[in-house]
Amino acid sequence: MRKKSFIEGFAAVPHIVWLFLFVVLPLVFVVYFAFTGADGSFSFSNIANLSRYGHIFVLSICFALIATVLCLLIGYPLAYFMSRLKPKTQKMLVVLLMLPMWISLLIRTYSLMAILDNGGLLNSLLESLGITRVHIVGTPGAVILGMVYDFLPYMVLPIYTSLSKLDIRYYEAANDLGASNAKTLFKVAIPLSLPGVISGITMVFVPSISTFYISQKLGGGLFDLIGDTIEREFQNKSTYNIGAAISLVMMILILISVAIMNRFSEGDDSEGGIIV
Amino acid sequence: MKVLSRIYIPLIFILLYLPIIIVILFSFNDAGSMSHFEGFSLTWYAELFEDETALAALGNSLYLAVVSSVIATAIGTFAAYGIYKMRTRWLSGAIRSVTNIPMMNPDIVTGVSMMLLFVAAVSIPFLPITFGRLTMVIAHTTFSLPYVILSVLPRFQQMDKFQTEAALDLGCTPAKAFFKVELPTVLPGIVSGLMLGFTLSLDDFVISHFVSSPDFQTLPLYIYNQTAHQVKYSMYALCALMVFVILILLFAVNFAGTLGKNKKAKHA
Repeated sequence: MRKKSFIEGFAAVPHIVWLFLFVVLPLVFVVYFAFTGADGSFSFSNIANLSRYGHIFVLSICFALIATVLCLLIGYPLAYFMSRLKPKTQKMLVVLLMLPMWISLLIRTYSLMAILDNGGLLNSLLESLGITRVHIVGTPGAVILGMVYDFLPYMVLPIYTSLSKLDIRYYEAANDLGASNAKTLFKVAIPLSLPGVISGITMVFVPSISTFYISQKLGGGLFDLIGDTIEREFQNKSTYNIGAAISLVMMILILISVAIMNRFSEGDDSEGGIIV
Repeated sequence: MKVLSRIYIPLIFILLYLPIIIVILFSFNDAGSMSHFEGFSLTWYAELFEDETALAALGNSLYLAVVSSVIATAIGTFAAYGIYKMRTRWLSGAIRSVTNIPMMNPDIVTGVSMMLLFVAAVSIPFLPITFGRLTMVIAHTTFSLPYVILSVLPRFQQMDKFQTEAALDLGCTPAKAFFKVELPTVLPGIVSGLMLGFTLSLDDFVISHFVSSPDFQTLPLYIYNQTAHQVKYSMYALCALMVFVILILLFAVNFAGTLGKNKKAKHA
């Protein structure tokens, strides 16, 4: 075997240094802050005090779960229908699906709010039709709607990627053997696209549970989610520790749920990314 | 099934695009209202371009997107090469796992973790770090890195190994082989990584929210601050403009992608 050249041996070194300084070290700081008091001494009090935030965790998990389930229910049929179209139409629809992902979440949420708001387009439309105004912004429904609207493409795309890789002959074989279209869907398409479903669920659940802009804008400031709490605690230096503890717990919760999810799918992790 | 598909697909796509299209339409609304349209005007665009904070934010955003994506692409490309050449499997596996952390972690955790690091760094005397430009460049480079590596590394892995070996046999030094053979082959991946980093940087709000300072605002931070309390119609104009820019960038990325493919087809 020939000797490794200088450039081969050291090409990854700047990256490794960068990773250590700006990825690993910051996480060490999160752990450090989570386990120290405001005076810098070691303590478990931040973690122990987290029970005060229990209702926030429960609310966030509920909102994120409902949004994820809705995304799956709306997104799976869309991905399935898309995967059965002509290749050219499929390509165009994929571009259309990715476009909103590149538009800032801020802009999309703000647009949605502009329409649903009390003085917004929806209410003036309803009024001109002679129907009473509706208050949507500031309800749990609005926050969940915002999550579904913002993150739906992240659910559809990985599922579509899985489905479009399926050999069309599987469907034909199922049909030839007497399965109805519905049965083919449940016995062939869904089990074989499970890796895409899993990665879709992760890609919707993680941003939903950690959002703070959606709940601020569409929740009218009435709902405190984990993201809102972390954001608030980090505005004030004396509460960095509790903020770090909440972040740490959320990170661990997410890691555990992702690990559990991945056990359900035997596919490799490169399945269905969002990369162009 | 077919009929259902015909109705369902357009319905979802219309719902997905409706809010954005409406906001773009109403950004041209003379009335300055979201409830009725009074006539076409560029009032809000004019107001936007007179706002110096907005222009400064635009300048900062572009500066940041260029600088961070170039640094991330440079580090990431060499890193992808290093990972590709690495013979210790556990080491390359470990590096790839750590690389993916900023992509897997919720943005808010990445944001606060970097903020804690910078708070600690600022408190060290003689270290010339302040919140603002520098911390933003570091943060944006960090979250762009995994995406650069993800678009460059597969190009190395799909590359024809024999070409490099031929170059070496014909007397190239490994460094020369890298610049003459390997780099041109992976160039499309590098370009799409660069564009990806650029777009991600322009887009980012959550991480920037934690590592920036009031005197270094980017466009998303500016939108956030402007829309915190009241509705501002010039913000709709800004949103519309940003959507157009993203559209143009996306077409550019796709164009770069097809350019690489055409080249490959020609060589084959």
